Amino acid sequence: MRISRGFVLAAAVLTSALVVTGCARDTGTQQGGGGGAATECTRNSPPAAAGGAATPAPIAPNADASALKVGLAYDIGGRGDLSFNDSAAAGLEKAISDLGLQQANTRELAAAENESEDAAATRLRQLVADGFNPIIAVGFKYATALQTVAAENPNVQFAIVDDATVELPNVTPLVFAEEQGSFLVGAAAALKTTSCQIGFVGGVDVPLIHKFEAGYVAGAKAVAPSIEVDVDYISPAGDFSGFNDSARGTEVARGQLDGGADIVYQAAGASGQGVFEAVNAANAPDAPKFAIGVDSDQYNTVAPPVNEVIMTSMLKRVDVAVFNYINAVAAGDTSVLPEAFDLSVDGVGYSTSGGKIDDITEQLDAYKAAIISGSIQVPSERQ
Amino acid sequence: MTHLRTVLLPPVLAIVFAALLCAVALLISGDSPITALTVMVTQVGEGTTAVDIVNSAAIYYIAGLAVAIGFQMKLFNIGIEGQFRLAACVAAIVGGALALPPVVHTLVIILVGAAVGALWASVPALLKAYRGVHEVISSIMMNFIATGLIAYLISTDSFGVLQGNNISTDPIEPTGHFAGISFGASGTIFGFVFVAAALGLAYGFMLNRTRFGFELKASGESPTAAAAGGVDARRMVIVALLLSGAMAGLVGLPELLGRDYAYTLTSPQGYGFTGIAVALLGRNHPVGVALGALLWAFLDKSALALDNVGVPREIVLIMQGSVVLSVIVAYEIVRRYELAAEQRRVAAQLRAAASAPAEVAS
Repeated sequence: MRISRGFVLAAAVLTSALVVTGCARDTGTQQGGGGGAATECTRNSPPAAAGGAATPAPIAPNADASALKVGLAYDIGGRGDLSFNDSAAAGLEKAISDLGLQQANTRELAAAENESEDAAATRLRQLVADGFNPIIAVGFKYATALQTVAAENPNVQFAIVDDATVELPNVTPLVFAEEQGSFLVGAAAALKTTSCQIGFVGGVDVPLIHKFEAGYVAGAKAVAPSIEVDVDYISPAGDFSGFNDSARGTEVARGQLDGGADIVYQAAGASGQGVFEAVNAANAPDAPKFAIGVDSDQYNTVAPPVNEVIMTSMLKRVDVAVFNYINAVAAGDTSVLPEAFDLSVDGVGYSTSGGKIDDITEQLDAYKAAIISGSIQVPSERQ
Repeated sequence: MTHLRTVLLPPVLAIVFAALLCAVALLISGDSPITALTVMVTQVGEGTTAVDIVNSAAIYYIAGLAVAIGFQMKLFNIGIEGQFRLAACVAAIVGGALALPPVVHTLVIILVGAAVGALWASVPALLKAYRGVHEVISSIMMNFIATGLIAYLISTDSFGVLQGNNISTDPIEPTGHFAGISFGASGTIFGFVFVAAALGLAYGFMLNRTRFGFELKASGESPTAAAAGGVDARRMVIVALLLSGAMAGLVGLPELLGRDYAYTLTSPQGYGFTGIAVALLGRNHPVGVALGALLWAFLDKSALALDNVGVPREIVLIMQGSVVLSVIVAYEIVRRYELAAEQRRVAAQLRAAASAPAEVAS
């Protein structure tokens, strides 16, 4: 009796699964078939470029940082993540080469996975105890610890990347308009897609990554209102493994590609490598697929031949922020720093390495100018 | 029978062996083992490290006890991780929503934590008792479900509040805090440290002085013998796992009630797995687990100090891994040695007994 009931149940489940897959595949074919004709994807013309987007002037003239001792506390992964932390490191190196900062007067520490709050505080205290000033905390996970340690040490200058909740006179927030840069790569994807369907792979379903998603979707819809954007996250909020799981990045991206998307934007940290590999595997001469990188210019950081599928990267210039912050501290005035590093100060942007979007940079720069002038407002929360 | 030697020798051997292994690893990577050791020892006196070690050890101790309760019955509750995280999350939500007088507020949060932990453990417990599903499989699955459930609970659509790029539950009012002992610039010892110590005492008492503890150990040693002796195996499985889960529900509370006062996206994880290592190190003995927890916390904090002087902190992971492994091996070696020694002793006695009458006869 039990066996037959179980059998019936299994059969029912299998059948419905088949039906569901069947449906999904049907939709996919329709999308792929119909989307093949680029004409279906009606595209708006870009906003009239008001003089184009000029390279912004530097925030402040270079100061002499040779007397500073700069400490950096990285987020999980530290140097070598090919993205976020490496970008901060690049800013430090630029300060060493351009501002006379002594290599020996710098120290870089990195967070470990799943560490307790007191570890973050201890790391900052160690830097304070050894005389480092300023100290830059890379990542919003330092916010609570910084609140405590900065209050204990009012004579030490601190900066924190990706967080603006610590309101102390000696703490400088370094935050970015990720949605603006993502808007531009979203527009690029909408201009380049042939199936009128694009994808977004987020690492972890958290508010920070929602900003990337919101800008990307808004940019794509600004170009092609009827475009379909598939959005998937690798891991749920609280489970940060999604930033460091290449294999699942591949799976999620493959799902989107199989569903008909031909361009995938990843905001997934080290999992992005898996996304690139999935796109590379699906790439074919008659049906080209592209990926969009994040944070750094990933065409240059990802190893060939996989990097050939990266048509552009959304640049989040943590290096610009870190460099300008060190410069501002050296000059003795952190008030020159912008409230947020956005398009107008090149705090975010898009890369052109690889030459795959050379034909559309004019249109992208028109959007960029429109965002800077304020005629386009990019949402920072998903709709 | 159980000499002090049998108890103390294996862990000491294991630590020495692990330290030697680390020294070799350090030499190969070009760092000085002497420097590393000096830094590890001197760090204890710096900043808040000593206090942090005690606080972390208390957390690991509770986690270790939660694992040890299951181990007594040969039950492997690998779901401590999910039980403690979900319990901390729900306790934070309930604690943040309630307005109660002091002490009562704290007690309610603690009870909620223990209840949620037990509830989460009840699924593997019932599955094990009534369907024979192995608790490792079901409790590890429950970890994944807990992750998803927590993500839902702290999303801004349910109980979460956006704070910059982080999401936090509503902070618990001061009436719900568990006061600690402040050492000024050296940090504050969580009040929960004493709760952890009390839990250790209760665990020891239960194990050695109560009928339940006897039945627990008996079921672990030999389920058939225990059943023959009138112990209800099914009930024991359920009660042991529920107790383990309730204990796990307290793991997140020292930090919640003593420092963070809210559950956030970045709240720590992994204590459940640390608990397994600590219970193995301590051989499920209340004092042993405490020492294991202290050692583990000391090594954890050493990683920060080593990183600060440029010694790769991964050396601490090598140390932790090799300590656990070598403790298990060392106990096994000592156990076999003791067994052989006992056999020799018995054989000698038997020989003496056999030869004595022969001498009389001759």
